[in-house]
Amino acid sequence: MSDELTLPAQQGPASASPEVLLKVQGLTKHFPVYGGFPIKRKVGAVQAVDDVDLTVGAGESVGLVGESGCGKSTTGRLITRLLEPTGGKIEYAGRDISHASRRQLAPVRSEIQMIFQDPYSSLNPRQTVGTIIKSPMEVNGIDPKGGRDKKVRELLELVGLNPEHFNRFPHEFSGGQRQRIGVARALALNPKLIVADEPVSALDVSIQAQVVNLLQKVQQELGIAFLFIAHDLAVVRHFSQRVAVMYLGKVVEVGDRVSIYSRPRHPYTHALLSAVPEVSTVDEPEDRERIRLAGDVPSPIMPPSGCRFRTRCWKAQDKCANEVPPLVRLEGNHEGHLTACHFPEEPTTAARDEDIVLDPALTALEDPGKD
Amino acid sequence: MLQFLVRRLIGACVIIFLIGAFTFFLFYTIPQDFAELSCGRNCTPQNIEVIRENLGLDKPITSQFWEFMAGIVNGRDFSQGHCSAPCLGVSFDTGEFVWDSILDRFPLTLSLTLGGLVIFLFLGLGSGLLAAWKRGTVVDKAVSGASIVLSSFQIYFLGPIVLGIFVYQSGIMDNPRYEPFTENPIAWMVGMIIPWCVMATIFTAQYTRMARSTMIEQLQEEHVRTARAKGMKQRYVFFRYAWRGSLIPIVTILGVDLSALLSGAVVTEFTFDLAGIGRLAVDSSLTKDLPVTMGVMLFGAFFILILNIVVDLAYAYIDPRVRLS
Amino acid sequence: MTTSTRTEGTPAPTGPESFFSVRDLRVRFSTEDGIVKAVDGLSFDVERGRTLGIVGESGSGKSVTNLTVLGLHNPKTTTVDGEIVLDGKELVTATEKELEKLRGNKVAMIFQDPLTALSPYYTVGRQIAEPYMKHTGASKKEARARAIEMLTKVGIPQPRSRVDDYPHQFSGGMRQRAMIAMALVCDPDLLIADEPTTALDVTVQAQILDLLKDLQQEFGSAIVFITHDLGVISDMADDLLVMYAGRAVERGSAAEVLRSPRHPYTWGLLSSMPRLGGSLDQPLSPIPGSPPSMLTPPSGCPFHPRCAFSGEVGGDRCATVRPPLGEGRAAACHLTAQQKQTIFIDKIQPRLR
Repeated sequence: MSDELTLPAQQGPASASPEVLLKVQGLTKHFPVYGGFPIKRKVGAVQAVDDVDLTVGAGESVGLVGESGCGKSTTGRLITRLLEPTGGKIEYAGRDISHASRRQLAPVRSEIQMIFQDPYSSLNPRQTVGTIIKSPMEVNGIDPKGGRDKKVRELLELVGLNPEHFNRFPHEFSGGQRQRIGVARALALNPKLIVADEPVSALDVSIQAQVVNLLQKVQQELGIAFLFIAHDLAVVRHFSQRVAVMYLGKVVEVGDRVSIYSRPRHPYTHALLSAVPEVSTVDEPEDRERIRLAGDVPSPIMPPSGCRFRTRCWKAQDKCANEVPPLVRLEGNHEGHLTACHFPEEPTTAARDEDIVLDPALTALEDPGKD
Repeated sequence: MLQFLVRRLIGACVIIFLIGAFTFFLFYTIPQDFAELSCGRNCTPQNIEVIRENLGLDKPITSQFWEFMAGIVNGRDFSQGHCSAPCLGVSFDTGEFVWDSILDRFPLTLSLTLGGLVIFLFLGLGSGLLAAWKRGTVVDKAVSGASIVLSSFQIYFLGPIVLGIFVYQSGIMDNPRYEPFTENPIAWMVGMIIPWCVMATIFTAQYTRMARSTMIEQLQEEHVRTARAKGMKQRYVFFRYAWRGSLIPIVTILGVDLSALLSGAVVTEFTFDLAGIGRLAVDSSLTKDLPVTMGVMLFGAFFILILNIVVDLAYAYIDPRVRLS
Repeated sequence: MTTSTRTEGTPAPTGPESFFSVRDLRVRFSTEDGIVKAVDGLSFDVERGRTLGIVGESGSGKSVTNLTVLGLHNPKTTTVDGEIVLDGKELVTATEKELEKLRGNKVAMIFQDPLTALSPYYTVGRQIAEPYMKHTGASKKEARARAIEMLTKVGIPQPRSRVDDYPHQFSGGMRQRAMIAMALVCDPDLLIADEPTTALDVTVQAQILDLLKDLQQEFGSAIVFITHDLGVISDMADDLLVMYAGRAVERGSAAEVLRSPRHPYTWGLLSSMPRLGGSLDQPLSPIPGSPPSMLTPPSGCPFHPRCAFSGEVGGDRCATVRPPLGEGRAAACHLTAQQKQTIFIDKIQPRLR
């Protein structure tokens, strides 16, 4: 197994992407909630994804980050059309696929592939690795040169598995190796876009890096575009040139990774970044802001009006409850760095004069004198 | 909770109606003149006409069906007299009101069920819990082994053996028979004891295995471990935490078993020559006695639906996640 | 395996007794496939008011260790050897009754997933009050008042009404707060937290970690904090123990271990992990291969099949001789101190920029 993949990471902001591969506009997915009496009827909706705009250029890697319930996975499933959108438009290579039927989707299906989080449940335990990787080709009636088996062996080699393992079953592999099988399966149809939904979250740290490097190799050598969905901000920063931050079904900030990670404007992005525990490998004192929100993410069934983050935001004012902030380029932001906030923060992550601590328990314990 | 109950009851009524309709029309696919069947030996065409009119068989099938269904709610009048609600019609075979025949047989079925239930719940859950508590020990192995052997027995196998030993050979006991509880409780008990025990043996074995396996599963739950990590006594953890979670699967199966038993334990009744609902059902379908078959089916369906609702209520009682969602 | 030296596990030299100390702990499970050596000669100490972080990947034996501390392992399939001493009391040989008195009282645990670790059948208040009543003999009413007090302390809004809620009515973060309240209700001297924030969102994780730190200040408990997340450990721990394949491979203060690590496995962990402040030009350097099966752990140093530096040790010592872990700041590796220093500065440190 060639585990010693070490590749240079991607460089800074992507040069203005030459060609838009995927364009998502106003994408919305509401899951109905039923209840009522005596006849059950729709009483509300989980607004899983609400009016999301997103573009992915050819060969580009876009990261989608956010906490549970932010709709990042749903967005991924909408784009791969595993779910039917409630509203909005998904355009792939200039073609509107938002409500395309199975048949209309057929040519596109092979070009958009998905990699799932759990390498244990996403592979059929009764099929050999060869069959698993081959099946997308069979389903789509694709006959590569030299036959499907040869292609499978090439793919196994590409993802760093022994081609001899063609006839083994998934349970004979470790978690990291299974995720490689998942990658090989996704690559079987020569896709142009891979939607990777938390592809490394279930893996141990040392294995995570192997898979991240593999995905990077795939992206760079084969020129495949990625929509990389993850909750781990550091992994996303490492893998994606552009990053979109989601909160309760909406994109609150999007931009190139340097802008998002070093010059964030949305308070939620600030809070998220400041919450990531960092290993201090150097002796210097940390210069990071400390923001501790109160409580958990509210339910997407009845999301707050206006700006959805306002209930946990330290800058919220009346305007935030009344007006949905548009996702726009703020003054001082780089090209393509858009923020949806009425009262944006300073573009820095350096420590503030005073920490922002909204959690009542923490305030009580840290500052007993106060209220 | 009230909303839930009302909704479920409405649903149950709809299902009973559908079952009634299904059985009714299915029966009419049999190419048979029911009036003729009902008429008996010395039958004249005039008699048949009279019977046909009395039973309403001269009317179209659909209106017969509506009459039948309406009778359940309002009662009906026949030449035998007024059949009060819930009227399930008149037997073609005996001319009795179906409801009366069912009421006649039901005490036996109820006695059989309840007596067996007490025994198998007590022994089955008790030995299952014991095996789970003593998991891996000789006790557990003995209990589990015995329950596997016993659960592979059948009533028609075990019944005659028990009868042979206790009734025919040694004469310690009389043949099982039904005495109404209200008249002589002791005789009631003595008469039923053999069927109870035989039936309960097989159920006990099943409940032992189920109680043991669900308990062992529950004992591995994380919240059970948390309870131990808090320093709660093992016995407390066992009965308060693990047992609570085991109740759900047990209640589920119990509901299914009870409704099956209440709508007639055919094999037990035949094995011990007892005339309960199960017997009535089999006899009526052999004689193509449509009203009785329908009546027994609806009666059974009623128990299945009621017990379903009871089981759901039990879930709500056991598990606050069900109650509060 | 029989040839391996047992120097690592030799009983601690006489010295000031630690508040909580584990000596040469060996935990074996018998499974259908054979004997799993989940923990193999582990020793560590924790002082009052300090936090020991134990970091390792899945299967490293970090969680098993802490279940055995309280005797929560399955005694039928598990054998435990060695010493676990809490405040002068031996726990490996303690009876179930003695352990019951300690659990939830002197030693409390917080588990990873508060949804499954709290019983769905009883109210949060009852679950918090139970150990308090048991260990302090408090009445129902007193225990309820105490539960409300604890809920307030951990930051549950409207504790007076929420005390009667069931865990499923709480959000993920609130459940973990309730779990912490339950663990701290008897004011324990030692708190064992097993991946307490792994199931939580990052902003909630930050709140919970700070809460634990603040509460430790107030309660003065010792904490054993188990996690796979080096970032979390860096935030929480005073001292650090890195575990691999059931053994401690490196020990020291958290700052020492993270800033100048000495074991190739620790190097591997640090350089395979992307960091927010890391350089974007720096590729990740994963550890090759996968963690070993604990049924058949590698001979000698368990890390040698994945180690890039075993070649620098003369002969086949890495494959045959188990490197001992010395006292204090130490790494269980055959490389000489000089080699470790050079390799770290030349090859590893540049990757951590």
